[in-house]
Amino acid sequence: MFGLVRNRTYNKKKILVMGTLFLAVLLFLAARVVFLIYYRGPELAEKAKELQERERTLVAQRGQILDRNGVILAENQTVYNISVIHNQIEDEKAVVDLLSEKLDMDADVVYEKVSKVTSIEKIKNNVPKDIGDEIMAYGLKGIKVDEGSKRYYPYDNLASKILGFAGGDNQGIIGLETVYEDVLAGENGELISTTDARGVELDDYMETIEEPIKGDDLMLTIDYNIQCYCMQTAEKVYRQKEAEGVSIIAMNPQNGEILAMVDYPEFNLNDPFSFTGDFSECTDLNEMWRNSCINDTYEPGSVFKIITTAASLEENIVSLDEQFFCPGYITVDDRTIHCHKTTGHGSENFVEAIGNSCNPVFITLGLRLGVDRYYSYFEKFGLLEKSGIDLPGEAGTIMHDKENMGQVELATVSFGQSFQLTPVRLMTTVAALINGGTTVVPHLGKTIIDSETGESTPISYEAGESIVSSETSETLRFLLEKVVSEGGGNKAYLEGYEIGGKTATSQTLPRSDNKYISSFLGFAPADDPQIMILIKINDPQGAYYGGVIAAPVAKELFENILPYLSVLDNKQ
Amino acid sequence: MSREVQREKTREKKKKIAYFDYNLLFLVIFLLSFGLVMLYSSSAYISANKYGDDAYYLKRQIRNIAIGAVMMFITAKVDYRVWKKFGWLAYFGSFFLCVIVLIPGIGSSSHGSSRWLGVGPISFQPSEVAKLGMIFFMAMLIEKFPRQMGDWKTLLKLLAFSIPVVGVIAAANLSTAVIVFGMVVCMLFVASPKYSHFVIVGVIGVIFGVCFIMGAGYRASRVQAWLHPEAAGDKGYQTLMGLYAIGSGGLFGKGLGESLQKLGNVPESQNDMIFTIICEELGLFGAVCLILLFILLIWRMMVIANNSQDLYGSLIVVGVMAQVAIQVILNIAVVTNTIPNTGVILPFVSYGGTSIIFLMTEMGLALSVSKGIKLESIE
Repeated sequence: MFGLVRNRTYNKKKILVMGTLFLAVLLFLAARVVFLIYYRGPELAEKAKELQERERTLVAQRGQILDRNGVILAENQTVYNISVIHNQIEDEKAVVDLLSEKLDMDADVVYEKVSKVTSIEKIKNNVPKDIGDEIMAYGLKGIKVDEGSKRYYPYDNLASKILGFAGGDNQGIIGLETVYEDVLAGENGELISTTDARGVELDDYMETIEEPIKGDDLMLTIDYNIQCYCMQTAEKVYRQKEAEGVSIIAMNPQNGEILAMVDYPEFNLNDPFSFTGDFSECTDLNEMWRNSCINDTYEPGSVFKIITTAASLEENIVSLDEQFFCPGYITVDDRTIHCHKTTGHGSENFVEAIGNSCNPVFITLGLRLGVDRYYSYFEKFGLLEKSGIDLPGEAGTIMHDKENMGQVELATVSFGQSFQLTPVRLMTTVAALINGGTTVVPHLGKTIIDSETGESTPISYEAGESIVSSETSETLRFLLEKVVSEGGGNKAYLEGYEIGGKTATSQTLPRSDNKYISSFLGFAPADDPQIMILIKINDPQGAYYGGVIAAPVAKELFENILPYLSVLDNKQ
Repeated sequence: MSREVQREKTREKKKKIAYFDYNLLFLVIFLLSFGLVMLYSSSAYISANKYGDDAYYLKRQIRNIAIGAVMMFITAKVDYRVWKKFGWLAYFGSFFLCVIVLIPGIGSSSHGSSRWLGVGPISFQPSEVAKLGMIFFMAMLIEKFPRQMGDWKTLLKLLAFSIPVVGVIAAANLSTAVIVFGMVVCMLFVASPKYSHFVIVGVIGVIFGVCFIMGAGYRASRVQAWLHPEAAGDKGYQTLMGLYAIGSGGLFGKGLGESLQKLGNVPESQNDMIFTIICEELGLFGAVCLILLFILLIWRMMVIANNSQDLYGSLIVVGVMAQVAIQVILNIAVVTNTIPNTGVILPFVSYGGTSIIFLMTEMGLALSVSKGIKLESIE
């Protein structure tokens, strides 16, 4: 212990001074921590919360769309969204193999996504439930399977043009899905989720602020069976006649309920952005989604003679036994207008004339009414207004201005030419004329079923006003029944039933294209119409007369639909 | 009684009164255990995401503590006076290591400065080695001139010896250089009978430091980030995230494991910023308890230094004590945004390989010095 340098008193004192200095600084820092937590804590904690928490919308399930008997036409399907979390993957090869196999994706594409160093990488959305379940069953780490909801249409292309479809955010894009958006959409909920720095949500810190409320269900006036049958029939005609399109509308003329509305070809609601099937040559989505029953106008042709007849009956300018003579043409001002039978119908009374669909007779009636009276009936019958159907994009009527209407224009309008309207508009007016004279609003929405209470609320439509007397209506029904039983509509005649109707053949513009539209409008039973059907065949190949090709289709439809309706009646 | 027997008796007596500072040992063990718990808590989530193993950092820390424990055991067993012979070696060794780490291709960099040296599978921070090296060197050097310490000349001469090493360290890691320099100054302060010298050194140091900070653009921007961390973008991000964590803690914290800021928001949450996570999870209570633990640790070292049988032992303990105290102070000051941001770890708690091993080695030295204390001198 010689050579030992001792620890002197001043050394000890200085150690104490140094230690005290350190102690003072540490106590100061402790005070600083107190200050931060006590005085700045609330503010800092609030900012931290802003950083960590995120509000997220909980998308409400859309209400279902049902037919009048409860058949589901649009529903929601549980689907899975598959993604990978790179950092959690243990066996990269197994993950790539499994996902590429189950999701039917190229292994290289999957590998690229899996090996990407991101917090979370989306692999595929809207994966069917069973496939998602299979993937989950493997329990591989790093694969994230999230549940989602997707609009699903069980019958693919059935009623596609009226139902429309909902998009990725569950919002209606076209058709009833947009019109009844407020009913179907429901109310979105809200969720506060806490995330880590990368934005990955932490399951343990989810807090639902507001539960989403499921949208209400919408029950339609559409009858699934009639819709199916109409579509099959339309498809058959479309193929047989190599037509450009076939539209069929079935309506209850008493209240405007649409039982079926087909505009073949129809697209696949579950794949609305692909041109498949009959649309393989189509390039325009709007073209494919178009519902020509309401979105397009056409020249109604001879069906419009029903309107001329109704106006003439109301004005008492014609009686059923009045005799006419048709030489095959008629001269109006300096113009000669031909009858479709160029050799002429010869002598005929009015009942025969409507059965013959004789143009000169109806031109005569039109001229008797004159522009003023004809135009006022055109207006009174609602033909200048939209029908008010609950579908988007209804086209308006294209009609001469009253001031520009001369005798020639009046003559052509009298037998359904030189102006255009939509099939639905025409049907709606005819429905009012034959149902006793009361207007109807055509519609598809019948009842709203509350998602929470299950309560049904019928959707009300404006009460009808009378546009013709019931006598006129009755006479009209009698005349139209004669058209089918004895006249040009005889191909729609069905034994055991009384059917009223009128055929039409019209040309599309420009006339030089030589394209025709054959149509038939019929209703049954003739004395108390319960169903009214409009068939419209665009540009059929071969024969194109409405009486020849459209009337038989009507017969076929009535043959099946009338017994079905009476079965329903008996049930009720 | 024969001489033999008498010697035997004295030895027995000596054995009985041989002192060992168990207080210090248990404080270190407690701090390490607490550190491991907090390390796991703060690193588990990031570690699981990054390495697929939530205990990645924990396992490595345990391994380093195990190595540190062996080192501590050795230095506690060996008579500390042995190290006097290695003073110059420690000095030149430190200098050498700190120089070669700067050579591109040899040292590996992290955060823009090259701070790591790899030898085979082992990689370490020479600056941590240099801390211990400078303690050995300065203690040895001061002991050679115990009576001249009051002279300016001697003081400046001894201070000048430390400049090369401090300068080389500063080239790679300014905060470590500050710690080493502070440590040297503390040892000189204790050795010298005067105060005035140190007041002057302190004033010069402060002026020099301010000029230094204002002189370099990137350091000046750090000062801006310090004054307004919200407006400083990336530079103030770490500080701001740390403050959010501290502020979220409240009186008793969110509870162990409940921090949200550790989920990637606070960068280096297992490292420099671990104190902020402690505040968030254990609150003001936990933070103050931890500061008290460090105060106790410093107090124990102070007692050992005061009662050391010789100046050399006392200076070694003063060096260790200064190092621990300065690091704790700098770390807490940084995370509470009391001073501009600089990377200093929290001793015994933060994740860090070289640092934990050398800290434990130094604790072994302090324990070794404590064994030289004669009990009667305490009582």
